[in-house]
Amino acid sequence: MSDTFSAVVSIGFHGIAFAMVLYLISVGLSVTMGMMGFVNLAHGVFAMLGGYVLTSLMNRLGVPFALALAGAAVATAVASVLIERLLYRRLYGGDELDQVLLTMGLIFMSVAGATYFWGPVQQPMFPPRWLSGQIDFGFRSFPGYRSFLILCGAALVTVLWLGLERTSFGVQIRAAVDNLRMAQSVGINTSRLFTLTFALGSGLAGLGGALGADLLAINPSYALDNLVYFLIVVAVGGLGSIRGPFFAALLLGIADTGFKYLLPELGAFFIYALTMAILLWRPRGLFGRV
Amino acid sequence: MATEGLVRTGISAGQEAIGAFARRHRHHPLEALPWAAAVAAFAVFPSYLPLGSQILATILFALSADLVLGYAGIVTLGHAAFFGTGAYTAGILAANGWGEPITGLLAATAVAALVGLLSGFVVLRTTGLALLMQTLVVATLLHEAANKASFITGGDDGLQGMDVWPIFGLFRFDLFGRTAYVYCLVVLFLGWWVARRVVHSPFGRSLTGIRENVLRMHAIGAPVVRRRLVIYTISAALAGTSGALIAQTTQFVGLGTLSLDRSGGVLIMLIIGGVGRIYGAFIGVPLYMIAQDRFSEIQPVYWYFWIGLLMVLVVRFGRGGVLGLFDRLRR
Amino acid sequence: MSSALEEPALETRALCKSFGALRVADSIDFRLERGARHALIGPNGAGKTSFVNLVTGALRADAGAILFDGAEVTNLPQSARVKRGLARTFQVTALFRRLTALENVTLAIAEREAVADDFMWPAGRHRHVIEEAFALLEALDLGEDALRPVNTLAYGRQRLIEIAVALGLAPKVLLLDEPAAGVPSSETGLVIGVVERLPPDIAVLIIDHDMDLVFRLARRITVMVEGRILVEGPPEAIAKDPQVRQVYLGERAQGSTRR
Repeated sequence: MSDTFSAVVSIGFHGIAFAMVLYLISVGLSVTMGMMGFVNLAHGVFAMLGGYVLTSLMNRLGVPFALALAGAAVATAVASVLIERLLYRRLYGGDELDQVLLTMGLIFMSVAGATYFWGPVQQPMFPPRWLSGQIDFGFRSFPGYRSFLILCGAALVTVLWLGLERTSFGVQIRAAVDNLRMAQSVGINTSRLFTLTFALGSGLAGLGGALGADLLAINPSYALDNLVYFLIVVAVGGLGSIRGPFFAALLLGIADTGFKYLLPELGAFFIYALTMAILLWRPRGLFGRV
Repeated sequence: MATEGLVRTGISAGQEAIGAFARRHRHHPLEALPWAAAVAAFAVFPSYLPLGSQILATILFALSADLVLGYAGIVTLGHAAFFGTGAYTAGILAANGWGEPITGLLAATAVAALVGLLSGFVVLRTTGLALLMQTLVVATLLHEAANKASFITGGDDGLQGMDVWPIFGLFRFDLFGRTAYVYCLVVLFLGWWVARRVVHSPFGRSLTGIRENVLRMHAIGAPVVRRRLVIYTISAALAGTSGALIAQTTQFVGLGTLSLDRSGGVLIMLIIGGVGRIYGAFIGVPLYMIAQDRFSEIQPVYWYFWIGLLMVLVVRFGRGGVLGLFDRLRR
Repeated sequence: MSSALEEPALETRALCKSFGALRVADSIDFRLERGARHALIGPNGAGKTSFVNLVTGALRADAGAILFDGAEVTNLPQSARVKRGLARTFQVTALFRRLTALENVTLAIAEREAVADDFMWPAGRHRHVIEEAFALLEALDLGEDALRPVNTLAYGRQRLIEIAVALGLAPKVLLLDEPAAGVPSSETGLVIGVVERLPPDIAVLIIDHDMDLVFRLARRITVMVEGRILVEGPPEAIAKDPQVRQVYLGERAQGSTRR
């Protein structure tokens, strides 16, 4: 294979793997921001929690990978329900500044909490033996774990999209995102819907954080470091949209990988410039409701 | 209230109300307090002058942020963009042969105003979440640019080699920070004077209208977009001034001047003091910075925790900060 | 009395607006004469508020023309139309909540007088603006509430301040969107009284459901259904019109149609 083609394939491959992680983490944020109008800057905390739970279960307790993943998702979902009920619930429809401050406060507390419980060092993630190494696809071999990420991500996305289209829960979500008051007047218990959607979104974020633990390093400042990327995916994709962030994540994932590989001197600068350009053209995001 | 309890004689009650309303901008004796305190601090805490200068400069930064946040109701997570722009402008000038402080300050203000105008033009077309997002991206973009353009900015290591000349050729920036302190105090005073004028002007009043009900502002024919852009630019200019102050008085500029930490920090300081009231900055900033100064000696990690908890509690139990507390006690 | 040669204060010609398949304005031809006391009624979803939004410029028309005082304003932004003398009130009170009544009205007058762009001199300098605002409040019997934040006032009085703010713009045309909406029945009289006492040279268009209010205040009524004008005429004729009766299915044309 020629060098450029190989490079393109490599960038595409790693970019897509990164995009899957970004999407899994950010989709919940998009839906809850669109549905509740709640500025949840602390969403990254759930992804971080998922990563910490996974690595702790695997590294300290020897729990097998699949089980640890499930544990990460469930633990995050449960934690999110607590936070939603205790804190977020009161601020729905409220002052934006309140929401920004509350969630920033939570981020700060998460930084301190993570340092306290796990120390300041990055948590290493060791993929299980059956996923490490290279997988030979005939024309090329690819890293096993990244391939798994792509497949796993694709599977989850399919289940998510089908679920949203076909299940009554999915219909309720789409109705509430579209027009909250109408949804309420039609008899949907929006309060319970919020909690469930929030749990689902946060659980997915936890899963994404766990799966992507070697792409986005699990350390105490995770929620701060990655905040901009998650927000970009949501803003460019379109608040409340479920498909939008997918394409935004693809764009971001591939662009980020590409630029870091081809033009490292410029780093993420182009990503931000590209984001501004897209938002200039479409202030509500690519798939956002105008 | 002025009209309650008065016998309604029509004209005189009305004149009372009009008079009270028209006099709102007049200076109240208590307003001399912060300046008296600042001058006293100069005499009483000679070894803390460097911290004092930083506090004064940060008060100006917080004041600029309050103009957009408290008065115009624009929630921004990227105000550090203008602060950092001002800091780097002053810094780069001083590191490359032009160390005259006053012109450096003015240049920094102008550049920051320009950045404010350009970014405001893009960012202010939306509201709410989209706007918040965009302010964050602008700041992050500049942060990344400063990081990568290390040949001018020094990148991660920060800008080295600043040489700031004496003010008016006479007052050298001494090791004790005396010149720096007075410099910051004077600039803060000028900035405060400008901010106060703007806030009490008809333009400033219309900003509170935009904050309280944008729909209604459109319906009375106000050019909302233009007004927001103007205040955004003025605010950016003042933020740039404060950044330049920090750069010139510490003779160093780092990437932290453009960070999310800095943008978030100023929000916290305003909340502590009270948003939308000029003196919130004067109370919140010293409280925060002095507490941080004390705390950072103990454990930087715990600082994050307590500040985070404070923010959660403040939101949970009512905002208004220290000034809001005073209001409640007075009633 | 308007002669056929006199231009109407407000006119729309073949005004159209759709949201996808939903036609909220279907080629509307409407005239509001100078000094009119005109009411626009119709069932829910008829497109009345959309019509107001189109006329004020909050919504952009798909087709047709809007003329104000004979001049075309179809492509002008909202603020430009306000400057020409078009004012409105909102169905759900849209005041500057935490500001005082006096401040609310002052802001409107400051915009009208083009004083509001001054950012260097204190607002208190423009005393005539404040005095006019106070006089306006007094004229509506709201003088004693002048220095109180509007969100502390009774809802009925808030609705009156809405009208005061609109009057502060010295309008030639005043659009009142359900002026008594949400007002407890004990306070409705206040609102009706204020509307009755409005200066005769202002053309007033009232959008409402409340038949009592409409029949008491309007000299001319337009009935709107599903984005179209059904019928138009003096109150007595509208009350007897069989089409109107049918539209308000089963509900008596006289008496309140409030839910």
